[in-house]
Amino acid sequence: MAKILMKGNEAIAEAAIRAGGKHYFCYPITPQTEVAEYLARRMPEVDGVFLQGESEIAVGNMVFGAAATGKRVFTSSSSPGISLMQESLSYIAGAQLPVVILNVMRGGPGLGGILPAQSDYFQAVKGGGHGDYRIICLAPSTIQEAVDLTIEAFYIADKYRNPVMIIADGMIGQMMEPVEFPDEINEPELPPKTWAATGAKGREPNIIKSLYLDPLRLEDNSIVLYKKYEEVKKNEVRFENYKVNKKNKVLIVSYGTMARICQTVIDELEAEDISVGLFRPISLFPYPEAALKEEADRANIKTVLTVEMSMGQMVEDVERVVKGAKPVKFFGRTGGIVPTPDEVKEQIKYLLRSESAKG
Amino acid sequence: MEEQSKTIFDRPESLRDVVTHYCPGCTHGIIHRLVAEALDELGLRERTCGVAPVGCSVLCYNYYNCDFLEAPHGRAPALATGFKRLRPDMIVFTYQGDGDLASIGMAEIIHAANRGEKFTTIFVNNAIYGMTGGQMAPTTLEGQITSTCPNGRNLEDVGHPIRVSELLATLATPSYIERVSVHSPMHIIKAKRAIKKAFELQAENKCFTMIEVLSTCPTNWGITPGDSLDWVEKNLLAYYPLGVKKRPDQGDK
Amino acid sequence: MSQYEVTWAGFGGQGVMVAGQLLAYTGIAEGKQIVWIPSYGPEMRGGTAYCTVVVSDRRIGSPIIRFPQAAVVFNRPSFDKFTPTIKPGGLLVVNSSLIDVTTERDDLTEILVPANQMAMEAGSPKVVNIAMLGAFIGACEIVSLDNVKKTLEDKLGKKKDLLGINMKILQAGYDLAKNTIAGRATSES
Repeated sequence: MAKILMKGNEAIAEAAIRAGGKHYFCYPITPQTEVAEYLARRMPEVDGVFLQGESEIAVGNMVFGAAATGKRVFTSSSSPGISLMQESLSYIAGAQLPVVILNVMRGGPGLGGILPAQSDYFQAVKGGGHGDYRIICLAPSTIQEAVDLTIEAFYIADKYRNPVMIIADGMIGQMMEPVEFPDEINEPELPPKTWAATGAKGREPNIIKSLYLDPLRLEDNSIVLYKKYEEVKKNEVRFENYKVNKKNKVLIVSYGTMARICQTVIDELEAEDISVGLFRPISLFPYPEAALKEEADRANIKTVLTVEMSMGQMVEDVERVVKGAKPVKFFGRTGGIVPTPDEVKEQIKYLLRSESAKG
Repeated sequence: MEEQSKTIFDRPESLRDVVTHYCPGCTHGIIHRLVAEALDELGLRERTCGVAPVGCSVLCYNYYNCDFLEAPHGRAPALATGFKRLRPDMIVFTYQGDGDLASIGMAEIIHAANRGEKFTTIFVNNAIYGMTGGQMAPTTLEGQITSTCPNGRNLEDVGHPIRVSELLATLATPSYIERVSVHSPMHIIKAKRAIKKAFELQAENKCFTMIEVLSTCPTNWGITPGDSLDWVEKNLLAYYPLGVKKRPDQGDK
Repeated sequence: MSQYEVTWAGFGGQGVMVAGQLLAYTGIAEGKQIVWIPSYGPEMRGGTAYCTVVVSDRRIGSPIIRFPQAAVVFNRPSFDKFTPTIKPGGLLVVNSSLIDVTTERDDLTEILVPANQMAMEAGSPKVVNIAMLGAFIGACEIVSLDNVKKTLEDKLGKKKDLLGINMKILQAGYDLAKNTIAGRATSES
């Protein structure tokens, strides 16, 4: 199929349809409303379900109910709306249902702003709602990658019966890039969804719930989830290296839109004979721990610099993984400010100067 | 003489053969049975999915013999919406108490009703929070004592009790809404008729249907089961008049 | 060329975003890497609407372009806002129908396009953006004129009348830019 120019929000919406996510519930919020507008047009064409709910609280729970049918279900929102969906995400994770959620992050806290940010990392990766559960979290840095990851997300959600979040930002949502959709999607076969609520005909009733009043049963459920997340950690780690080599003095760790800005930084510094590599986590949960540790441990790396569109969230994972082997520094802007390549370059030069001053 | 005996009363197939956790004198058991009987009589059990609330009936999925979802507090209408939109061929009902439906879930029930979602809500109103131990509900009567209004509900402070059925009946979207009670055999027969009617309308894909059932809570009202039935008759009925509040052919009221 | 960045700016209804997209589509057809970045949010309602198009031979890193090589400005607020951001040696395409000043910068190539008049003469007030697109292509040749025409055919194929007007004004804008540059070259020599 030929490449077409698409806005990130629309491309992700189309990708959801291609992956069979033909059941979509939404509530408008900038900067992702184009997803809803696009699917309002498209869903009738593909015999899907489109419904605008009364709030993100309701939408999250509509998705919960819809996922119980065993069909592929999709929703999207942006930061404040995702906060309202945390209730349902906790229940959905507890009840082990597959759903795909898109978060087109904007600046916070509170109503914040509408410009791109990465300040929902903690919420997405460390929980968000109550209880011992995790959301599988994938962070694209181009629109093509957003399409590919969205398509994969539906399979991963089904495979693990767990929510999968595509975590983008306003930049990915709003900008246009050429994208290509696969002509057909070949997925490994999944087990039949015997857990779905399809009517108790000729079988015992299926109960989809997260309530276990007996603490031993509740602990059992948490252990089941824990084991599942261990499998996820084994199988679903995704990352990309950019110009990582033995000459690098600094290793940047950055994801999403911020990572591609860091690519520009690296290209420009290369021209100035300063060698910097980029480690880009694509899966934020599971975090690419072993791969990052390996790169950070290389003798040539003097400093690990985490760059985010936040006041410093993922950097806590980087510190956790690097375990003090190298100094871990942070640079970020937030509130909708996207750091420029020049700002990041300055930061790196400053780090190298202070490094050499130390001798 | 065995062939001359026949079963005239039995557990409906839509209920499981288990002991419930409900308190003595609570009418949840009766209401469960009426719903189960309606599902049986209409032959709907095998294509039904219930949605349980948070509250005393949180465990009702253990008592019904059909597929069930367990919703967050107040969100059963949202789950039912999502489910039914994807499976219009199935029968979906929510079973919700007054705290669940009329307080935390008010937005969800109003919008589901207003969209005309084709599911059935069984709204059990006993004017108090049962599971958490007797706190004031949106439907608690004026002067009624609960643990969070120990001097009785003060209208100046917290407003009037909400008549949910009348409220939903003001919506222009067609629906079937009726308030019934289960405090006497005659009322139980009428309640059964209303519940069955609601499921019939759903099976015809007609409209949103809600049956509000006035119910008891001897434990948290602090009176005997017998006195509770009288209390319903004397107090609840006075404020919450029984009857059909809206029919699908009625349109805007 | 390795990478070229151009900001398109004007007010809503002038077809600024579409002009940028036509450039982007043409770039894709030529096998180039493309990013089209809009302004969004409150800026969509009044004031200046703008987008930036990055056309590149290689993978595009930062989509945030503070200092583009070129700006195509459709109204005065856009002229004031974006002229100072253009890289030295860059290109400024000005809708001189609505902007009655010229830049004081002497390190830019400035092309004045009476786009509104041209559009009225061509028979449609809606093709202001195509006149500007033609002039931009004429001044920088970042994609070929023929390929822009193909993009227009692709997008407007069924609307033959509209396509004719678009083709005509695209060519007129292109020629105007070529003549402006050629004229300067003559006067300088």
